[in-house]
Amino acid sequence: MSEKNLKSKKEKYQEVAYYPGCALEGSGSAYNSSTKALGKALGLKIKEVEDWNCCGAMEVKNIDPKLQTYLSSRVMSITANKMNMDTVMVPCNGCYHNLKKAEYDLANDDETVEVVDRLSKKAGHDTYEAGQVETIHSLDWVKETIGEEGLKERVKNSLDGIKIANYYGCMYTRPRHIFPEKDQGPGSESTSKPHFMDDLLEAAGAENVEFPLKTACCGGAHTLSDSDTSTLLVTNILQAAEAAGAEVIATECPTCHSGLEMHQIRAEKTLGIKTNVKIIYFTQLLGMAIGLKPKAVGLHENISDSFDFVKKKGLA
Amino acid sequence: MPIHEKSLIRPENLHVQEDIELEGVDVSGHWSTFIESRVVTDYNEALEEEIAELPGGEYIHRCWQCGSCTNACTVNAINGEFNPRYWIYLIRMGMESELLRDKDIIWQCVSCNKCTYACPRDVFPEGVMKATSHWLELKGHTPKSPSMIFDEIFSEQVIKTGKIEDGRTVRRFFQRTGQDLMQPWLVEMVKSMLRNLPIGMLTRLGLANFITPRTSDWSGARDAMNEYIAEREEHHRKALKLDELVQMAETELN
Repeated sequence: MSEKNLKSKKEKYQEVAYYPGCALEGSGSAYNSSTKALGKALGLKIKEVEDWNCCGAMEVKNIDPKLQTYLSSRVMSITANKMNMDTVMVPCNGCYHNLKKAEYDLANDDETVEVVDRLSKKAGHDTYEAGQVETIHSLDWVKETIGEEGLKERVKNSLDGIKIANYYGCMYTRPRHIFPEKDQGPGSESTSKPHFMDDLLEAAGAENVEFPLKTACCGGAHTLSDSDTSTLLVTNILQAAEAAGAEVIATECPTCHSGLEMHQIRAEKTLGIKTNVKIIYFTQLLGMAIGLKPKAVGLHENISDSFDFVKKKGLA
Repeated sequence: MPIHEKSLIRPENLHVQEDIELEGVDVSGHWSTFIESRVVTDYNEALEEEIAELPGGEYIHRCWQCGSCTNACTVNAINGEFNPRYWIYLIRMGMESELLRDKDIIWQCVSCNKCTYACPRDVFPEGVMKATSHWLELKGHTPKSPSMIFDEIFSEQVIKTGKIEDGRTVRRFFQRTGQDLMQPWLVEMVKSMLRNLPIGMLTRLGLANFITPRTSDWSGARDAMNEYIAEREEHHRKALKLDELVQMAETELN
């Protein structure tokens, strides 16, 4: 990627539409508050998508994939046609994945275009057309606007001495075809070994451990409907992180995050396996590194208690 | 290393006489092992077409059986019986009864998309798993899986209001699957959540029981989606010949 493209992204992402999604208004509200607080402290601007709806998540996709595409397209249609914005920033991996998938299907599948157009007209809003909006993850947002150098300048409480396993989950990189901007060489994100979160946390002083399960599955799809499978998958992730020497698992998805937290507790109850690794959103870690108070990044809203830990590490 | 053939044969197809003498020779026990031959008599020639009619199953015909999907599979790693490559093979061959042996675990696919990432033929095995578990339910081979029940509760709420409130979804899920909401690990989790939460947040969580988040001006979208779902259900009924199945069952009962 050329220097010119990087610069234009930096400018383009200074003010973006913000799509929190349902999870960030419920179980993942700490991710919502920390993303907003971090953006504000970094001088970035967000405008919440007006009157947004659920992206369809995995559940509506399982009922009918085109219905999920319609739901996601409505969010992008509002961004483009009502708010006249060209970039929507999404912290939730599930929403991010779905908007990307909708974009891909609308650009490549005539049948999907027909169904989405029909539903949009009946619903009474403009049909979203592929290419109107660029969907980016909150990781892209911080990485492209502030970047490692910018973060280094702003660090007040270095994450120095904190060993972190970066956990990206499934939906951020798979399937590859819906992320055409990834795997494009230097400067772009990798789908097999993602590194954007590693880059940012390292710039904030953290020591990233070699973590082989970066894109492993936490079983989030069946957190409740097949809890035993989810508990096994999560336990595997937690134990691998500890074996790699990590004190913290940094997360970037509300479903993964609460899945890890819930099944950490459940594993202790049902399997008798106790793990001590802390589960913290990357936005919370970066926020504390640039001087925000733990409460300002919603640390008290996490299920897993990491207050004593962050105090010990000098972040509070 | 010799291959121990018996371990490859299903136990119910192995017959051993505990006490038998043949022409004066005692061949009791494993000496008399008889392996029942397998005869497939119930090909369902429409199986692949039917799965391909359901969302996710469209590209099953592309599979050339390399096994990348099973090799990459998250669930296979914890349960060797979970074998997407094999199921795709059975579906394409029309071996329905063989597929039905695994009917109770196919829904356990966690949609991690590792198979789709690994597949060199763009079969989208994750979609095939969804289509197959959907097919099993529509044909009445399995009851609705807990996952499908969750998907339906979730989708109902999204279509009705535009948004989802996770506490409500969780409660309805436990209700509809007849489970106790007071699961010990859930109680433990809520307790550890309450430890640090300020009163304001608690009130907010409590209020979520009564306030449903809504997208305003949603009725148009709701009606359009309900209409679309009805249309698709009709299509699936026809594609899977469900009305004929019902008719056959009725004739048999009479």
